[in-house]
Amino acid sequence: MRLPHFEYAAPKDLDEALRLLAEAVGDARVMAGGTDLLVRMKHGLLKTGLVISLAEIEELRSIRFDRRKGLTIGATARLAEVASHPDIRRRYPAVACAAEKTANVQVRNMGTVGGNICNAAPSADNAPTLMAMGAEVSLAGPKGQRLVPMDQFFKGPRLTALEPDEILKEIRVPIPPPYSGASYQHLSARGRVDISAVCIGAMALFEGDICREIRIALGAVGPKPMRALEAENVLRGNSWTDDMIDLAGRKAAEESRPISDVRASAEYRRQMVDVLSRRAVLEARMRAGKRRQ
Amino acid sequence: MKHQIDFRVNGDEVSLLVDPWKTLNEVLRENLNLTGTKLGCGTGDCGACTVLLDGRSVNSCLTLAVSVNGKSVQTVEGLAPSGEDLHPVQDSFIKAGAIQCGFCTAGMEMSAVYLLGHNQSPNEQEIRAGLSGHLCRCTGYNQIVEAIAMAATELRDSRSEGVKK
Repeated sequence: MRLPHFEYAAPKDLDEALRLLAEAVGDARVMAGGTDLLVRMKHGLLKTGLVISLAEIEELRSIRFDRRKGLTIGATARLAEVASHPDIRRRYPAVACAAEKTANVQVRNMGTVGGNICNAAPSADNAPTLMAMGAEVSLAGPKGQRLVPMDQFFKGPRLTALEPDEILKEIRVPIPPPYSGASYQHLSARGRVDISAVCIGAMALFEGDICREIRIALGAVGPKPMRALEAENVLRGNSWTDDMIDLAGRKAAEESRPISDVRASAEYRRQMVDVLSRRAVLEARMRAGKRRQ
Repeated sequence: MKHQIDFRVNGDEVSLLVDPWKTLNEVLRENLNLTGTKLGCGTGDCGACTVLLDGRSVNSCLTLAVSVNGKSVQTVEGLAPSGEDLHPVQDSFIKAGAIQCGFCTAGMEMSAVYLLGHNQSPNEQEIRAGLSGHLCRCTGYNQIVEAIAMAATELRDSRSEGVKK
């Protein structure tokens, strides 16, 4: 399988990348790790005159943690780097877990969290956790930068809030509040490596036994990663009982809008939303509990 | 427009003029005649094309050749430069009967080398996770896992001998 022909540029800074993108007026694609883009090009699903690689832009590679600002994941930080980063593993275990569960070893050594998000597959492994944790993406364009909450970033399958002349610069994840915890749960038909049939991120914040805030995000069960708002409403403001958790699982399943495809049937996906969202909120609660001690 | 790339392959300096749409796999096999690295699926699922790029295991089928400018590539040929003294991983693949048709072998071995570089004593689960990016069409996975466990022991023993000396 050969690639179609294109020109290639690997600018050294973001401004140059933005200039090249603007000059190409729609006939360019931005590439981070290439593990999605090149596959789509090989399959003939996508053709472009110019590939703009972000790999040479030093500032986009970084992963930074700041005690006040939180976590910043640069657009080209690789999945393997995010999965193994000590600050992320310690303070954002669900973010590390989602990166670790994405694809396989080699793809994690090439692919990026930023690319996973921008590719905007409904099944993007890294989306639900970032949504649940209230992350924002910083988008750079000719007129400067703007921040978009992850909640508003996905517009549909392979559609994002990115304008054609914009590039995702970084992902910002706020500091997890005290007494909060997050979890990532996923399931795929073929062991660990296949694209997720269902993936779920949850974040819960407690005050004593009362859940003050909860966010549950579902992936691969709708046209885009989505919040399970009704399930959240069941759990928010309450001290959780077993019945409540069961009800939240059922609500999440009802809210999901899965389709049947090669990875799973809609019926199976819906049942697994029920199971995995319960697991996710319980693990989030357990992690929140740990922080209390 | 063709791009000039300068990089190292198995320690040798290489300078080439390549089209931007050529993958590292095509350049290794077609320009440099390093056909030990295979091309299986071409989409990053089977791992037959795995090489080490600056020490990281990557799919050469999804790596643009232009992007390796200034970098260092190791292929299966680099595991036994003399062509005779095999790398312990290669040795143990033979001993454990981990080679059937051989198509996945080069990629598997590169991932084994990558894994053992990060984890000197992987357990079975860790070995299997380390091979998550590979398919063996003969389905001879058990022997491959055994071979890597064997190579890990071999490498640990040779290291501890080195310490004693």
